[in-house]
Amino acid sequence: MIHRVCALAAVILFALIFLRLAGGYAERSALRPLAEHYVSQAPIELGVANIVTGILIAYRGFDTLGEVAVLFMVAASVGLLLQKDDAALEETKERRRRPASEIVMTGSRVLLPVILTFGAYVIVNGHLSAGGGFQGGAIVASGTMLLLLADPGARLNAVALSVIESLAGVAYVAIGILGLILAGGFLDPRFLPPGEAGAFISAGAIPLVSALLGIKVGAELSVIINRFRS
Amino acid sequence: MATILPVSSILMVTGFGLSLIGLCGILMHRHLLRIIIGFALFGTGLHIVMVATGYVTGGTAPIIDRALGPAEAGRAIDPIPSALVVTAIVIGFAVTAIMLAYAVRLHSARKTFDIGAFTESKW
Repeated sequence: MIHRVCALAAVILFALIFLRLAGGYAERSALRPLAEHYVSQAPIELGVANIVTGILIAYRGFDTLGEVAVLFMVAASVGLLLQKDDAALEETKERRRRPASEIVMTGSRVLLPVILTFGAYVIVNGHLSAGGGFQGGAIVASGTMLLLLADPGARLNAVALSVIESLAGVAYVAIGILGLILAGGFLDPRFLPPGEAGAFISAGAIPLVSALLGIKVGAELSVIINRFRS
Repeated sequence: MATILPVSSILMVTGFGLSLIGLCGILMHRHLLRIIIGFALFGTGLHIVMVATGYVTGGTAPIIDRALGPAEAGRAIDPIPSALVVTAIVIGFAVTAIMLAYAVRLHSARKTFDIGAFTESKW
């Protein structure tokens, strides 16, 4: 009882804070100076049409690198937490589920290439329109999820995925160091020509970084999903 | 476009409401998975609030294309909260994955998801 009352009190206090915050909020009618600078300068400086991608990969690139590191640590610690001893592994092999029905198998076979293609499209269009490495990587991983749901016995090549993911990470840092040597600083994508904003090959190294991020995030999320299988 | 309620206010109220529902879920439930869902809802609500603060009246997506020429960049919304939320979503995913992994471990130790069964770590 006392627990419920305390919980209710905490929720009400939070509600009061939120009410004050929401009450004091007024919609802005103009951009803040920093946002103004990003929106007007990013297409000129970087040649990137999607400002959000420009901020993520160029202006706040270090942040994104840290985020990728967080994902890597999550994959590692989920693996540590969910590692199975050999007995449990044998037990899982024993009770093989019966195969999914024809409809599920055919459906997943038809949908999987479409999902992966769409993921690749979202990844490589990150600098042009809504999309980018993280979003596309998540779509690719949702394809993995479908595969594992439709066929629980399917084996993912976890070693290959780890190798791909590590290589993508190394290439990402290498691009960052190239930016340090050839352009203004670490993770500066301007060592490749910016090109014309809106063209497919433009925005310096941003599409390259975006693709690497997509590969890395897709592989990492697939590994995490694979680990959660019982 | 003179609406009675601006779209960002609607979003903000929705986001805060979702956060409160998540908080209720965290504090009131005993089932570990429901608590984790509560955390996810709490985070999602705050993401919606953050995106809402970036809205500029009459603004459109900050993508320079046919709809938004380079000259009229002032019509774009603030891209910084959007970029921050992309980061926050990934971190939220990471936290959820870790919580779920711990829940699986706890379940394999005690064969239950009831948080009341895990008492020895209380001080």
